[in-house]
Amino acid sequence: MKKRTFLAAALAATMATGVAADGHEPTKVGFIYVGPIGDGGWTYEHHQGLLAVQEEFGDKVETMYQESVPEGADAERAMTQMALQGADIIFTTSFGYMDPTINVAEKFPDVKFEHATGYKRADNVSTYSARFYEGRAVQGHIAGKMTQSNKIGYIASFPIPEVIRGINASYLWAKKANPDVEMSVIWVYTWFDPAKEADAAKALIENGVDVVLQHTDSTAPQAAAAEAGGVVTFGQASDMSEYAPFPRVSSIIDNWAPYYIDRVRAVMDGTWESKDTWDGIAPGMVEIGEITDAVPADVKAEALALRDAIASGETHVFTGPLNKQDGSVWLADGETADDGALAGMDFYIEGLTGDIPN
Amino acid sequence: MDFGSINPVLLIASLMVASTPILLAAIGELVVERSGVLNLGVEGMMIVGAVTGFIVTVETQSPALGFIAGALGATLLSLVFGVLTQVFLSNQVATGLGLTLFGLGISALMGQEYAQLRTPTSPRWEFFGLDELPVIGPIAFNQHPLVYLSLILVIFVWWFLKTTRSGMILRAVGENHDAAHALGYSVIGTRFAAIAFGGACAGLGGAFLSLVIVPQWTDGMTAGRGWIALAIVVFASWKAGRVLLGAYLFGGISVLQLNLQAAGIAIPVELLSMSPYLITILVLVIISSGRASASGQAPASLGRAFHASG
Repeated sequence: MKKRTFLAAALAATMATGVAADGHEPTKVGFIYVGPIGDGGWTYEHHQGLLAVQEEFGDKVETMYQESVPEGADAERAMTQMALQGADIIFTTSFGYMDPTINVAEKFPDVKFEHATGYKRADNVSTYSARFYEGRAVQGHIAGKMTQSNKIGYIASFPIPEVIRGINASYLWAKKANPDVEMSVIWVYTWFDPAKEADAAKALIENGVDVVLQHTDSTAPQAAAAEAGGVVTFGQASDMSEYAPFPRVSSIIDNWAPYYIDRVRAVMDGTWESKDTWDGIAPGMVEIGEITDAVPADVKAEALALRDAIASGETHVFTGPLNKQDGSVWLADGETADDGALAGMDFYIEGLTGDIPN
Repeated sequence: MDFGSINPVLLIASLMVASTPILLAAIGELVVERSGVLNLGVEGMMIVGAVTGFIVTVETQSPALGFIAGALGATLLSLVFGVLTQVFLSNQVATGLGLTLFGLGISALMGQEYAQLRTPTSPRWEFFGLDELPVIGPIAFNQHPLVYLSLILVIFVWWFLKTTRSGMILRAVGENHDAAHALGYSVIGTRFAAIAFGGACAGLGGAFLSLVIVPQWTDGMTAGRGWIALAIVVFASWKAGRVLLGAYLFGGISVLQLNLQAAGIAIPVELLSMSPYLITILVLVIISSGRASASGQAPASLGRAFHASG
């Protein structure tokens, strides 16, 4: 992987000299990925965004990326290196890159940074995220209807607001669809470790779960469910359609391409400014993958109606009356959660068991 | 203690499966290190085994051929390490690290076309109905063949190193290569054989990941298991039985903590997630702290280059 980055850098260097000679400096766009581009999930979709940028602007852009960059000190090194290579805009595509992005951005005030799923901004740092929880609500509804054992499992990565929102949204809507539903959450503390994700899925299944939702990036839980048989799964971040029509009955697809094209164009035009973007189903940043025929037609129709209601703004995923896990009131009757509360969500809603690790 | 919905029989059966890749890689590396060679490329060899095993299984539809190919692919990579360190006397630590980086890179390249494919599942063995027995059936008589092979390999390595003439030569080479050379034993030849064995074992472990545990190919899917295997060899103070204990402890507690979470047992998740690392290290350190110090148990020539003129 390092090798590939090196090649990309070498290529970038030769291209830069070649193109500068006739006076057209291409805009350099960098991406920092938390997993490999072949993960079939999260990083794969970001990379599709990179390819879309390339497609859109042709030789007016030069793209570079580094895969499997650990969240932590090493991320700063990778970003610094990219900035030194002359990147004009760098997308850092995981929550754990938040502080490294801010630190590196301070040192390179002329480079634009875009951090995915975080909340810290600066003059040259924007944040962007997708309202995955809108998609989770649709999944939750299907999950509640599909479970026979009334036990749903959730493979969670890290205890951050984005993940907690997903757990709450799917549980809430599963419960609305099926009041007897229970949810077990397993924290695996990784975004990408296929064997561990598979083990987590097997542990859930052995404990009686028959619908597995995941907030990790590989397709391993899908394979584990396929082997166990009779267990429903959903594609995460990417369509994962190779496991359709069963066990994967639907999916949440992250579509970053329009956003990336938009932001790169802003850099070219000189209109880029720091802002926070948080788009959901309506603008198409979150897509619901095809609901397969393994889902009964009436459930499918309900799920699609819910999707459309969320897109039109008619339904807000978190609408009161809604209590927190400890029974205290979070949202009064008819009240909807504001973005501030959602962005910092650090609690389970009523009915979920277990504690959120710190 | 109430274990809620956890079924202990299924738990033991699945911990054996989860531990097998680490056990295979660790038992191979143990032999390599006992011959005096430190190969830090286990992670790279595992992932090359994973990808070659997967590709061959997809192309031939035969998991058995896939496992053989996985072992061969990783052996080939280990021989590159062998040539560099034994013939050209390169630094073993640097070469081993290079092997890991190279393995990760080339596996990503080789696997590009195979990322989202599925393989035929490789069936477990069922011993003429013995697998129907309560408790013991699922644990002892209904596992994947490679689980049995890994256990046989541990016994074989223990027996080989302890009692056979070749095993003693291998240990002599690892303890004092100059003396072994003076006695007329082929230091380089012995080490090549050990390196190839280590490569084959790591490759099998990797193929077990991509063909049985996950089962599919994804970039970087070994996710650090090679490094854990290396650590287990050290903490097991280079003894085959303790490698088995270490690998099963690590794999077992990893699976147990996931099950405890799934069953909703009220133990803080932070504790559970670090427990495999903590407990494995603690137990192995405690059992090896009795007699000589840990450093005294390492093969004396470990990591040192050998040249006949020296």
